[in-house]
Amino acid sequence: MDEFLTDESTYRVRLPIFEGPLDLLLYLVKKNEYDIFDIPIAEITRQYMDHIEIMKVLNLDIAGEYLVMAATLAHIKSRMLLPPDRAEDQEQEELDPRMELALKLAEYERFKDAARQLDEFDILLRDVFLRGGRMVLETEDEKLTDLTLFELVAALQKVLLAAPKETIHQISIGELTIQERMVELSQMILERGEMVFEDLFLEEPSRMAIVLTFLALLELIKDRVVRIYQAQPFGTIRLFRAVTEDA
Amino acid sequence: MPDAVEKEKLIGIIEALIFASEKPLTEDEIKRIVPDVSPREIRGALSDLRKIYDESSGGIFVVEVAGGYQFRTRSEFSEYIKLMLEEKPKRLSRAALETLAIIAYRQPVVRSDIERIRGVDSGGVVKILLERNLIRILGKKDVPGKPLLYGTTKDFLETFGLKDLKSLPTIREMGALFSEGDIEEQKTLFTTNDKNKT
Repeated sequence: MDEFLTDESTYRVRLPIFEGPLDLLLYLVKKNEYDIFDIPIAEITRQYMDHIEIMKVLNLDIAGEYLVMAATLAHIKSRMLLPPDRAEDQEQEELDPRMELALKLAEYERFKDAARQLDEFDILLRDVFLRGGRMVLETEDEKLTDLTLFELVAALQKVLLAAPKETIHQISIGELTIQERMVELSQMILERGEMVFEDLFLEEPSRMAIVLTFLALLELIKDRVVRIYQAQPFGTIRLFRAVTEDA
Repeated sequence: MPDAVEKEKLIGIIEALIFASEKPLTEDEIKRIVPDVSPREIRGALSDLRKIYDESSGGIFVVEVAGGYQFRTRSEFSEYIKLMLEEKPKRLSRAALETLAIIAYRQPVVRSDIERIRGVDSGGVVKILLERNLIRILGKKDVPGKPLLYGTTKDFLETFGLKDLKSLPTIREMGALFSEGDIEEQKTLFTTNDKNKT
């Protein structure tokens, strides 16, 4: 944590969105041009923990999987320091302690590549279209359904993708108050009664501000001040003033 | 068999049928409608029809998808179509594409396998893919807990313009460093580790 507190308590934040611990690890392997099967564990563990710390500082809810991976990395690191244990099964001992992780990363990378290939296909209703009519039939009336956190995060990703990329922001700790943003947001939604998710971010120039707004929104949903609905998967997300139980 | 339908006319008939069909038109359906022509003639006419569209600089082409044939607009004109259609195209997130890729190549597959490969909880993504009808439940795996088995749908093939599952691009295999047996062994190792974790 201390190494993040640089001059005058400012942070340098550069945070791509990762799909999980393997995605983060693979990113680090590629960035450093390591061989998946010969990863310098001590160094990658340090960089991995750096990222986790940034996520903690941002108060992001770090999925348990990230912490399990941190423990795995620490375990591998310690095993690499130990001399081989003669008492244990000989065959097991010959395995590089990093092998399990390397195979996992290699397998994940294969499917990540496969996903990228799929994305390059001419996708129906994105790149190629059918004769009219059918599309009209499929546009159903907006049926409001509750949505999961995942869909909300997916919506956040969309907003983040639209935001200027890879900018580095200098933010002092004093400005990092979700509380203030919560008050602003709840007032906005209470006044208007209904808002579209994307409209929350119209005035946010930086990724940091977007994340802050998003976290504030999550708090409001948790506190049951705001309710969110979506007509269909990936459709417009609408925010409503939550009706109080006794109203 | 008498040559009842001329080739030119057959191409025209097939073109009209594909145009009017709601779903990708199959060769069997053409055969049912024009019973006097042989499957070979149908395939020849289809191939000629595709060539006609491929060689023209028009806005549409014939694609062989999900076991049938269909007209689609060329991808180079997608921007114009998006301007016309008011609805925004439905995008698939990276998580959804990753999960879909795993299901497509590994089907039938259970959720825990998907999560083992991705290293994260994938329940939400699987739900979205089910809702968008890109995947379906194939059954239950005969192991303790009877987890659901997932596979891709016909809509998946149509969405990605695939003739069948065999036309999925082959994915890069693991390094030649390991024999398949080693990898299998490692996999069982992971599975037992996963079990110990929970």
